[in-house]
Amino acid sequence: MTAPMLEIRNLRKFFPIRNAFGRHTGDVRAVDDVSFSIERGAVYGLAGESGSGKSTIARMIMGLETPTSGEILIDGESIASSFGTRAHGKKVQMVFQNPGSSLNPRRTVGQSVAVPLDAHGHPAKDRARRISELLDMVQLPPNFAERFPHELSGGQKQRVAIARALAVAPKLVVLDEPTSALDVSVQARVIDLLVDLGRKLDLTFLFISHDLSLMRNFAGRVGILYRGKIVETGPTADVFVNPQHDYTRLLLASVPVISAEEEAMRPKIPLIDGEIPTAEKLIEIRALNTKNSFNEEQPG
Amino acid sequence: MSETLLSVRDLSVEFSTYGRTNKVLHNVSLDVPAHSQVALVGESGSGKTVTMKAIMGLLREPPARITSGRILYDGADLLTMPAAERLKLRGTAMSMVFQDPMSSLNPVFTIGDQMGTILKYADKRLGRGRGRSERMARVHEVLEQVRMRDPERVTQSYPIQLSGGMRQRILIAMALLSEPKLLIADEPGTALDVTTQAQILKLLKDLVEARGLALLMITHNLGVVRETSNHVYVMNKGVVVEQGPTSQIFDAPKDDYTRGLIAAVPRLTGGMRFGQAEVTR
Repeated sequence: MTAPMLEIRNLRKFFPIRNAFGRHTGDVRAVDDVSFSIERGAVYGLAGESGSGKSTIARMIMGLETPTSGEILIDGESIASSFGTRAHGKKVQMVFQNPGSSLNPRRTVGQSVAVPLDAHGHPAKDRARRISELLDMVQLPPNFAERFPHELSGGQKQRVAIARALAVAPKLVVLDEPTSALDVSVQARVIDLLVDLGRKLDLTFLFISHDLSLMRNFAGRVGILYRGKIVETGPTADVFVNPQHDYTRLLLASVPVISAEEEAMRPKIPLIDGEIPTAEKLIEIRALNTKNSFNEEQPG
Repeated sequence: MSETLLSVRDLSVEFSTYGRTNKVLHNVSLDVPAHSQVALVGESGSGKTVTMKAIMGLLREPPARITSGRILYDGADLLTMPAAERLKLRGTAMSMVFQDPMSSLNPVFTIGDQMGTILKYADKRLGRGRGRSERMARVHEVLEQVRMRDPERVTQSYPIQLSGGMRQRILIAMALLSEPKLLIADEPGTALDVTTQAQILKLLKDLVEARGLALLMITHNLGVVRETSNHVYVMNKGVVVEQGPTSQIFDAPKDDYTRGLIAAVPRLTGGMRFGQAEVTR
């Protein structure tokens, strides 16, 4: 039995709240006791809305933020010792949401991809070959190395960002909303590419997104984050077909869908004063009515 | 058959920059009947926003130039009528719900100030007189229509004191201030979380139905199209490639582009196969 590619144990990150005198008056519990693991070669989806803590988790895995407590193990090794070092960067890389701002506009594509190569001591003689190899992996022609980001489309820029993340041959790739800035048809092709690369290079993906429809089709397992806690986790199909937590149900019910089959699959959420309730309200009401009376499905 | 409130006929628009001319709309025609919900859907660069701007008279000319076509509102051509006449319609008979609740509100004025000002100038254009207290009464009324719980407090708030969902509600309220017949919504709720977006779309739909408004929804999200409209126009590269009742477009799309677009949308039911074929660029 090999260790999972990524294992997170009781991870916490609290940000202190200070009053005007700098006195510590409380904490924002951005990530509160989160545990999950990703098997080698798998795609794990982390879904949640803004403020749920998904980006904080990604930042801690990347070594950009120190956990308050808890452990992060990559390939069986705790990252605490290699925090923020090159060795850490070799294991895990990240693809950011907006390729328009994550690529330096004054660097050519080749220069951008070369940054991690140089930083990790890739032989300079081999650099050009490796760059065209990487561009080929993301299905861009080698002459793109000479181009600047403004000459590329959104999908092409995101491919460059993927090539840059793969430059040091990491085992784990954190995808933070990799396609939310792209058109749907382009999104489909980028996800296609990621799946293809994952298989060829034996990559493990942590996929962070608020797009549940995309998650259903891409991630094998999902965790639903709400206010810093994972409220529900399991194989994607199970969580989507039979959601247990109110928040998961509300999220699923909120997704705009394009077919009757999907519509039938969405949980029905009771309206409150003619409105779809907020998550806080729904959970609050559920706490009051622990009886099943509330559970009766009403047309939403 | 209800009468057509807004009718765009053979609209063509080109942009001239640095001596080069790009034609971005090619004979676009669309109809929004009164009391109907129509969606205009397309990816980035399809021309949906240019169409919207041409309708609202927000195109900057130059660089833009309307080379042909007519835009009829209630039978009158917006493009040939005197500017003063057009101004009377804009923001009053037809108004817009903007996309980004962060940048569409002025951060240094309270919501009440901003809404009052809109109403004041709308009244002025229409030659209506209304005192400050009457205006505030109308502001409160509209805020209640968008189901804001505490209109008194909201009018005294600055935009940063409100959540994204509340700000989007304010933008809808602003559009409703002078009782328009036609609402043009540009990607409402796309900047928000899914649960908040669902609330906003529901609110918009309820308002449009309850008040008998016509809605032109401009979006790239096919899910939003299906939830909010009964007739769809699909745009690609400045051309309306397909149009029809919403159910027909989704169940039996005829155009290749529409078909591809629908196929690219991931489904909640799963079953989309990624990484099957070697991708061709």
